[in-house]
Amino acid sequence: MKVLMFGWEFPPHISGGLGTACYGLTKALLKCGVELIFVVPKAYGDEKPGTIRLVNASDVAVNVQDEIFKEYIDNISFVEVDSTLVPYADDEQYYHIMESIEKGVTFEKGVVSSQKFSFSGGYGKNLMEEVRRYAMLALEIARQHDFDLIHAHDWLTYMAGKEAKRISGKPLIVHMHATEFDRSGENINTLVFDIEKAGMEAADVVIAVSNMTRNTVIQRHGIDPDKVITVHNGVEPSEKEMETEIPRYLDEKIVTFLGRITYQKGPEYFIEAAYKVLQRDQNVRFVMAGSGDMLPKMIRRVAKLGIANKFHFTGFLKGDDVDKMFGLSDVYVMPSVSEPFGISPLEAMRSNVPVIISKQSGVAEVLQHAIKVDFWDIDAMADAIYALTHYEGLPAIFKKHGKEEVDNIKWDQAGIKVKEIYKKVLS
Amino acid sequence: MKSICFYFQVHQPFRLKTYRFFEIGNDHSYFDEYANRFMIRQLAEKCYLPANEILLQLIRKHKDDFRISFSISGMALEQFELYAPEVLDSFKSLAKTGNVEFLAETYAHGLSSLKSKKEFSRQVKMHEKKIQSLFGVKPGAFRNTELIYNDDIGNQVFKLGYNTVLTEGPKHILGWKSPNLLYCSAVNPKVKLLMKNFQLSDDIAFRFSVKEWSEWPLTAEKYAGWLKAVDPKTEVVNLFLDYETFGQNQSKKSGIFEFLMNLPQKVLNNTEYTFQTPSQLSKYLQPASPLSIPYPISWADEERDITTWLGNEMQNEAFNKLYDLEPLVAKCSDADILNDWNRLQTSDHFYYMSTKWFSEGVVKTRINPYNSPYDAFINYMNVLVDFEIRVKKICEKPKNKSAAKLAGKSQTASDTTTQTKPKTTQKKATSKTKKS
Repeated sequence: MKVLMFGWEFPPHISGGLGTACYGLTKALLKCGVELIFVVPKAYGDEKPGTIRLVNASDVAVNVQDEIFKEYIDNISFVEVDSTLVPYADDEQYYHIMESIEKGVTFEKGVVSSQKFSFSGGYGKNLMEEVRRYAMLALEIARQHDFDLIHAHDWLTYMAGKEAKRISGKPLIVHMHATEFDRSGENINTLVFDIEKAGMEAADVVIAVSNMTRNTVIQRHGIDPDKVITVHNGVEPSEKEMETEIPRYLDEKIVTFLGRITYQKGPEYFIEAAYKVLQRDQNVRFVMAGSGDMLPKMIRRVAKLGIANKFHFTGFLKGDDVDKMFGLSDVYVMPSVSEPFGISPLEAMRSNVPVIISKQSGVAEVLQHAIKVDFWDIDAMADAIYALTHYEGLPAIFKKHGKEEVDNIKWDQAGIKVKEIYKKVLS
Repeated sequence: MKSICFYFQVHQPFRLKTYRFFEIGNDHSYFDEYANRFMIRQLAEKCYLPANEILLQLIRKHKDDFRISFSISGMALEQFELYAPEVLDSFKSLAKTGNVEFLAETYAHGLSSLKSKKEFSRQVKMHEKKIQSLFGVKPGAFRNTELIYNDDIGNQVFKLGYNTVLTEGPKHILGWKSPNLLYCSAVNPKVKLLMKNFQLSDDIAFRFSVKEWSEWPLTAEKYAGWLKAVDPKTEVVNLFLDYETFGQNQSKKSGIFEFLMNLPQKVLNNTEYTFQTPSQLSKYLQPASPLSIPYPISWADEERDITTWLGNEMQNEAFNKLYDLEPLVAKCSDADILNDWNRLQTSDHFYYMSTKWFSEGVVKTRINPYNSPYDAFINYMNVLVDFEIRVKKICEKPKNKSAAKLAGKSQTASDTTTQTKPKTTQKKATSKTKKS
């Protein structure tokens, strides 16, 4: 079974959650004996002024020296497309890239291999052009290669997938990692929405990363429920053994929010809940780690509420500091307004931190040992925070079962499920 | 007989280093020693030493017709002691001439006048003592941080033994009145007010080297001509300037030092002015009328109010959280705590958090080490929280014996179990102590 897969980033050149997800999934598929041709857009336009060359700046970096990874690279054929394509980045990185672009800064970090990934200068008018160019090249690639089916990840590659299907007549599977509604709330970009809809309509099967996402595409995009199948993401096992105890200098319990500080992540609900808890008990500290367009507003809100000596901001955290932050945390809160999946609570649980997650997240569907609240329900959120920081037994239970639970959410299961879908489509 | 009242402000804050959240509870040194030393050394070379030398020459030349006044904050004095003792020596030489008056202010160059009478009075007394020990004279007049003043502050200052206050002469207060007269407080007529002539002061402080300015280049001769031409009823022209005007804000190249060197000669030869100090002026001038100033004014920005330091939520929050600690610090005798307490009160920290700079056309007179007011706020709060933890640990004494006993007990309890589970036991111990 040979699959032509369209993505836009791949380790080690990943900028966000999607690259990680593609890595996890393809690795699992290889284990199941699926052959893959992975198409990634490769840039020739590095030298153009105003473009950013970003190499492996993400904290979810993958070590290329890794044995498994080497073997993996050997077994996969890569096709690179000449295109400067802007992926929407699914994490902190996006904000930083955009910020850097605005400032006209070029930054570069340890070039690990010859593969380079380039971003053009914005989310703006060139993007659609690039998507179309990618689709055109996909046509050519489909003509040159031999494969049984096509698998496209997220809207930027859907047109490419469609073209490949048109020329080859092979079945198309599109994978929904995030919908336009997750990224933009109600103020969606209708062009993107149209591409998403057309891609899913042209597809033989739509894979959604959660039931929540499945419902979105059925209700909002009007996709036939019979062809939308949920396959939950997995999580990579911890790469490093970092069981060295991080020294704690603060007596109080620490409750952490870690992520992009944007509308989608619901930072304001975290602040309001913090305020409620602090009114009851001053022996708790709150940390908002990360940056994003809503950071200034959040700082002002905290100042206005008069809790700035108990509510701390760290700014954007890099790799080691993220681990450190988890290590210092007693509770992790993910109050996302809309989160197709949401991998960060799993990372927290892997570090033995109990988590509170919003019901509006895909990950809530797979986790048992987490407290789930509606993102807007700050009373319930405050209550959960108070409980986890005051009733000794509770965090103990979460720690005991949480790690075990996370260790069982594996990509292998997702890989098996996807392979079954392949089989069904081909039969 | 008319007078010019020259007053120069000398102040530098102890700038904070980048202090991360992760350091709270662990790192108790807050200040960027390198940056502070660099700044003081640079200003010493560019401004303080050459300007002091010129003033010394001028006093020797013109004798009692040339008197000037300085206000040097405790923060600046401490940093001179640490990084540039020769600057201190040159101020001492100026003091010895007898023609230099040193003004009283808050030691920290802080905003305590807007918050706490107790702390304000402690600050003024502390500064007074410092000036006396360094220069052998007691300050004769008072000026508050950034010339912040209102009726209430006037009253407080009077109680501390000062009946002359220097402040801004803003249009919304003076209206048709001239800043070039002595005034008194409407609430307490014994408090005499010297109002800054911002037009003539800012011609030197801000416009001197602006080539687009229609009066550029400004010469001593021209300026003396302007002084001569002011309203004939003028008694005193108050020229209040940041001392960094000379050599820093206006570069040496602009000719500012030549201007300073030549001005007294031109003024004394061609006009009826002499140069006098605030306390002398308040002695022999009669107040022209009382002034009522209910809301605080300052010398900053177009508004001449306090919104540059306390104008947004972040500034108010940091300010309130800082002074929440005052009752505890007041009971404290720990030298490090008291030192940091002073340094954290300095108004510059709040200035850095101002969001006014987002709008255009604001004159930035200070160097701001932060990229944004948000960075400034976060950094200050991280430091303040660590300070708060220290203050509570060091200054908060157990209320009675049984509480002390209990605290001791839980301490030993945690000691014995430390090896097995340090994190949780420590927390239990703290909560026990708190409850008791």
